[in-house]
Amino acid sequence: MARIGVDEWVAESDQRTEGYRGRASPLVAAWDRVPPAARILLLAVGLAVFPLTTGSDFVLRVGINTLLLAILALGLNVVVGWAGLLDLGYIAFYGFGAYTYALLSSEQLGIHLPTPLAVLIVLVACALLGLLLGLPSRRLLGDYLAIVTLFFGQIFVELVVNLDAVTGGPSGIAGVDPFVLLGFEFLTPRDYYYLTAGAAVIVTLVLYLIGESRTGRAWRAVREDPLAAEMMTMPVNLLKLKAFALGSAIAGLAGSIFAAVQIGVFPRNFETPFLILIYAAVILGGAGSLAGAILGAVVVSVSLELLRDADQATVLFYGLLLAGLLARVRPWRKLAAVLGGTIALGLALHAIAAAVWPEAVAGTPQATGALGDALDAWLVLPEGATTAGNIGFVVLVAAIILFTQVRERTRTLLLVPVIYLAAFVWEARLVQEPSVTRQLLLGALLVVVMISRPRGLLGSERKEIV
Amino acid sequence: MSAPLLEFDGVGLSFGGLRAIQDLDLRVDEGEIVSLIGPNGAGKTTVFNLITGLYVPGAGDIRLGGESIAGLAPHTIARRGVARTFQTLRVFLNMSVEENVMAATYGNTSSSMLQSVLRTPAMRREERGVRELARETLGFFGDRLVGYRLAQPAFSLSYANRRRLEIARAMASQPRLLLLDEPAAGMNPKETGEITKLTARLRDDGGYTILVIEHDMHVVEGISDRVVALDHGEKVAEGSFEHVATHPAVVEAYLGKGTARQESR
Repeated sequence: MARIGVDEWVAESDQRTEGYRGRASPLVAAWDRVPPAARILLLAVGLAVFPLTTGSDFVLRVGINTLLLAILALGLNVVVGWAGLLDLGYIAFYGFGAYTYALLSSEQLGIHLPTPLAVLIVLVACALLGLLLGLPSRRLLGDYLAIVTLFFGQIFVELVVNLDAVTGGPSGIAGVDPFVLLGFEFLTPRDYYYLTAGAAVIVTLVLYLIGESRTGRAWRAVREDPLAAEMMTMPVNLLKLKAFALGSAIAGLAGSIFAAVQIGVFPRNFETPFLILIYAAVILGGAGSLAGAILGAVVVSVSLELLRDADQATVLFYGLLLAGLLARVRPWRKLAAVLGGTIALGLALHAIAAAVWPEAVAGTPQATGALGDALDAWLVLPEGATTAGNIGFVVLVAAIILFTQVRERTRTLLLVPVIYLAAFVWEARLVQEPSVTRQLLLGALLVVVMISRPRGLLGSERKEIV
Repeated sequence: MSAPLLEFDGVGLSFGGLRAIQDLDLRVDEGEIVSLIGPNGAGKTTVFNLITGLYVPGAGDIRLGGESIAGLAPHTIARRGVARTFQTLRVFLNMSVEENVMAATYGNTSSSMLQSVLRTPAMRREERGVRELARETLGFFGDRLVGYRLAQPAFSLSYANRRRLEIARAMASQPRLLLLDEPAAGMNPKETGEITKLTARLRDDGGYTILVIEHDMHVVEGISDRVVALDHGEKVAEGSFEHVATHPAVVEAYLGKGTARQESR
């Protein structure tokens, strides 16, 4: 065909540059070549093999929490990633599912339904509640929908706290029955791990099949352009309701399992911070991608778990710092200069401080082993340096802002003291308070990923404008 | 004589005090290509929005194949056989070319979510049919939208190809009446010529009845069986291209009062 006309040339030029960009691209490209059936098999096998590598109940519990987060992320992906509805009340469906299961399987109301029946009721109830929220919301767009659903989530927690007679109020419902399926009673973390893994695989498979069906296509069309979708025979309002109902039912499934795993439900389990984690998983993985939702859940859940422990958190902190330098600082000469400069600065400061004012180096870093010894010899760290740490933190934030504003040359020079200051603040302050620090670090991780891969880890590239 | 495919019967529409459409009678017969012309703000796109159900007429009735469609939901009207393209392109940017077209078959297919999960034979047959229809429809535009392009996201297409994709998507919803809103807007002269041929092919090979809004008078002259001119929401002239193009009311609408006499001197 003759290549006449500018548009053909532009299209071909786009085609050439289209596709995989960035450092992680070979991996993503390889992943895209794996056929869908093989991916789901890979997931199932991976999840089945994982418990064989560990005998620790703690690790299995982390696995269960990760899988629950993955199921929730998959369900949220239907609403947010496919149908494009910004639902900030999603957590309420998780809570509603958990509470419904607990009420149907505990002494709270004296009801003990068989597990399959209880779960079925939970799924239907959650889907209906999804419809109920969807009905008034289906005509709301974007921000308006977000606000309405956010209130819905808040109202749920308030109701649960205040309806003591039914929900047990702030002290929740304890003594929830375990799952019993086909005569098998799920008791140990290992049992529940396999149960949750099975649920996650089934949810993934079901969503994959729906995503490829006419309904999945219609949801994506509604996300892209509701008006055009309506003009192209798609009943937009009904499709939105369907997305709400399916997403809610999936959240309800996760809720039932959660109630049985925890042997109880409490209002605090269903507050906004956890909603943010589900969103983080979906967005980090790449909205619209099933594999992305699972990967996002794994990254979020595992990094939060690693950050719980001060030693691991320290390794992660210095590891990320080093990885960041290795990835971003070029040419190699400059990288070597920055690393060498940082080490030299530390050793020099440490030597001077030790000679002039020995108390200034009296503190010991949190890390143990070789890393701890190296840090001890490198970092000026007084005993109990809380105030100095606080001041350092403020200065660090200011320095980072300054760092992003100055010119390339100055930035390289500034890099050395900033790293040193960051290490000081880490040791003096952050590592002492893991609960705050892990939120901070997770936030930093999200920022870094979203800057380097705005579409998320496995999401496809998106364009919002024509 | 059979009922016309599309019929406007004294249709009126007001936005607050503004009367956008006044007492409009319009008919489009099966197999016709009718052009709707008029200066900016004459109400051409409003007519499209009335047909597709985006606006509900305040007066009069709109009939498709003899049945009233006034007040029906847009997707219901679409399923009864009306498809449109948009003046400002509205393809589903972040979906593949093939998916864009397949999505438009939603109203004419029926597999439920449960059937999709169970992959019933009926669902698989339907899905195969939809895919075939999509390929066939895209094949209407030569090799422009097929091959490697099928899997490409719509945002990677050029402007002209997006217009073609939008027409393909409209075709896939299996309409009887195709509404094209300025298909030649933003096209270069070569592409504009193609649009003229394409419109004729859509009628002759595709079997669609076509109502088209167009500003390019060469296109209008090339494609129209009949031309309807609107101004201020009223029909000012109707008939062959020559009749309408030289009609004093049309010349006046485009060029202003007083010019008509000099023109026809």
